[in-house]
Amino acid sequence: MSPGPVAKEAPALDVDALLADPETSIIVCCGAGGVGKTTTAAALGLRAAEAGRRVVVLTIDPARRLAQSLGLTELDNTPRPVTDIDGSAGGSLHAMMLDMKRTFDEVVLAHADPDKAEQILANPFYLAVSSSFAGTQEYMAMEKLGQLKAAAGTADAPWDLIVVDTPPSRSALDFLDAPNRLGSFLDGRFIRLLTAPAKAGGRAGLKVFGVGVQLVTSTMTKILGGQLLTDVQTFVNALDTMFGGFRERADETYRLLSEHGTAFLVVAAPERDALREASYFVDRLEADRMPLAGLVVNRIGRVEATGLTPSRALSVAEALEDGGGPKSATNAAALLRLHATLVRTAERQRELAQRFSRSHPGIPVVQVPALGRDVHDLDSLRQVGHALAGS
Amino acid sequence: MTTRHTDPPWANARLHVVTGKGGTGKTTVASALALALASKPGRVLLSEVEGRQGISQTFDVPPLGTDETRVVRLSGGGEVVGLSVEPKAALLEYLQLFYKLGRAGRLLEKFGAIDFATTIAPGVRDVLLIGKIYEANRRRRDGRHKGDAAPVYDALVLDAPPTGRIGRFLSVNSEVADLARVGPIHSQAGAITRLLQSEQTVVHLVTLLEEMPVQETLEAVNELRSKGLRPGAIVVNMVRDPLLDDVALDQARAGRLHKASIRTQLADAGLQATTELVDGLLEEARDHAQRIDLEREQMGMLEATGLPIVQLPALPGGVDSGSVRELADLLVPAFVTPLVTPLEGVEP
Ligand SMILES: Nc1ncnc2c1ncn2[C@@H]1O[C@H](COP(=O)(O)OP(=O)(O)O)[C@@H](O)[C@H]1O
Ligand SMILES: Nc1ncnc2c1ncn2[C@@H]1O[C@H](COP(=O)(O)OP(=O)(O)O)[C@@H](O)[C@H]1O
Ligand SMILES: [Mg+2]
Ligand SMILES: [Mg+2]
Repeated sequence: MSPGPVAKEAPALDVDALLADPETSIIVCCGAGGVGKTTTAAALGLRAAEAGRRVVVLTIDPARRLAQSLGLTELDNTPRPVTDIDGSAGGSLHAMMLDMKRTFDEVVLAHADPDKAEQILANPFYLAVSSSFAGTQEYMAMEKLGQLKAAAGTADAPWDLIVVDTPPSRSALDFLDAPNRLGSFLDGRFIRLLTAPAKAGGRAGLKVFGVGVQLVTSTMTKILGGQLLTDVQTFVNALDTMFGGFRERADETYRLLSEHGTAFLVVAAPERDALREASYFVDRLEADRMPLAGLVVNRIGRVEATGLTPSRALSVAEALEDGGGPKSATNAAALLRLHATLVRTAERQRELAQRFSRSHPGIPVVQVPALGRDVHDLDSLRQVGHALAGS
Repeated sequence: MTTRHTDPPWANARLHVVTGKGGTGKTTVASALALALASKPGRVLLSEVEGRQGISQTFDVPPLGTDETRVVRLSGGGEVVGLSVEPKAALLEYLQLFYKLGRAGRLLEKFGAIDFATTIAPGVRDVLLIGKIYEANRRRRDGRHKGDAAPVYDALVLDAPPTGRIGRFLSVNSEVADLARVGPIHSQAGAITRLLQSEQTVVHLVTLLEEMPVQETLEAVNELRSKGLRPGAIVVNMVRDPLLDDVALDQARAGRLHKASIRTQLADAGLQATTELVDGLLEEARDHAQRIDLEREQMGMLEATGLPIVQLPALPGGVDSGSVRELADLLVPAFVTPLVTPLEGVEP
């Protein structure tokens, strides 16, 4: 066995090829919180549209000013055309921002008969779950993705490429796990126990489970209050007859994500924690055979003056400072110190990115520089898109 | 003449809640604050509620369990006790306390009821998490929760959920009261809210001088205020000093740094000062100036809240169990108010 290179360069991620490939129909941007998922999703959507694709971008939590520049001022949970783009290549861009409560309501309305739907929508337990259960947002993002996919290609929904942003969770894995968690929860043991007696015909059913159940329900009633349990019971029974279990639905959307034509882009900041999170996520995608397109390392520090090492810059700065020269000498020294700091930061960031690549050889990577300001408008989205394409 | 400072919002606080956008340094600042408060000296409980083991990482101690464990003892006699609050354990402990449940506790677990109460019954989880802090706050040295004995803890610091969830986290009462309309969870929620809205509780916000964290901080301040909660300090973390003085910054921003003379200086000092190199350096200076402008703009917005602002430097080597003490020392002047205010006009 001959010794291979210690650290092969990571292959470059070819974003433009990915966007141009007509087979690509879903791109999912995921990663830890705050790394630039929403920005990346919007930038990719814009770039694809200006290259001629018909695109819809599903954002979850755009910064307010970014939302405004995409024309997302009305929160009506439907994609709206973004008008200020360059459509000369024949593409189009729609954008929307997820309203999770509304999406949940729509699911209920679409699948239950009107009476039952009313009953569910007014249930206090439903209100709480649909607006605050950890995992609802992930589940609804998947639900919306399913809807956008189903509508694709119709007159009101001209898109052939869906770019999805993912919810701001602590861990990137939440996006994959949460829908299942909500599903298995609603299918879970305790809920079934609460609802089974009713299905089996009231009190008679209860006997089947024995006295243990009575002890459990009476204790839970004491702790949570009887009303909550009744609300839960009504809610779950209503849902149950509505469609065959949440789990099935979650499985279905999950399957959509592993299909050919879907591409996951993992976004990370050049920091230890974010890259560790990216590692977990990449491993998980591989384990689940989900199609991974590559890693975006976002907000790399910029260095403009190439070829001057930090140590050389610092020693010259010191000499200038010791020389007691004019103001221009002080300024020159300050510029050199600034340069040394920038290079050191960029080197540390690159080293972190390389460490990722050493443990995940073969995964395409692209590095995106930090812009001077936050990314709020179409022009800076174009800049990010340009960088994503590696140019 | 004596200048009279108005007391900071935390003058009478026992419970210091620390929030901020994720990654801004909540855990670091909470840890440093706990150390600072312990230096008084006193015994301080530092808790986390998200199961991330941030405290154990910061202090380089084994992962914390659900028992209160000392993580630092200071030479002056103070100590920091760490706790990772876990909702299941809190619920079981709580049931034990109020119901003396033996068998039922295990049954509840077996039937998935504990999971249900702690993960899906909305808000219950948060009531339980804060409930544990509430209990620790009231606990006396004789183990009772009322009476004349001195409290076990002199102060409590909570490494709380991020800004996006803090308002909801701290106002679980109304939510839970709506859902669980009777029962001990319901009545405890009320007592907790009274503590959180009293002057014994203060919420500090950690931020960086960047647009998103500052925006979230401002929104959180408004939300806290509207919910009757008390914002404390804004802790601006990872502050870096500008490398150029104000005059040079102005020139750099306007692209008016004198290129030829800088080039001469560099060349005289022995550098091969090519046009590209000098242009590159000037470009870097311009970026830097814009960055400083942005930071000052953000600082102005934070100042407009009227809240006290405390700055912590970016530590070049990152944070570890040693350097967190440096940050703590920097927090002492702002946070460690003397127990008894000296009488006016009396010289020490
Ligand atoms: N390359 C970049 N340069 C400068 N700012 C960026 C860049 N990428 C993202 N940002 C900014 O960082 C913040 C977080 O980005 P966002 O896309 O909202 O992250 P996420 O969706 O992962 O939480 C936003 O304010 C955004 O404008
Ligand atoms: N003042 C500081 N100087 C240098 N690094 C810091 C500073 N404060 C925090 N950090 C580092 O930043 C990262 C995030 O800090 P942490 O306290 O874990 O944030 P949070 O709890 O808000 O997610 C950690 O790696 C931490 O060591
Ligand atoms: Mg986002
Ligand atoms: Mg933390």
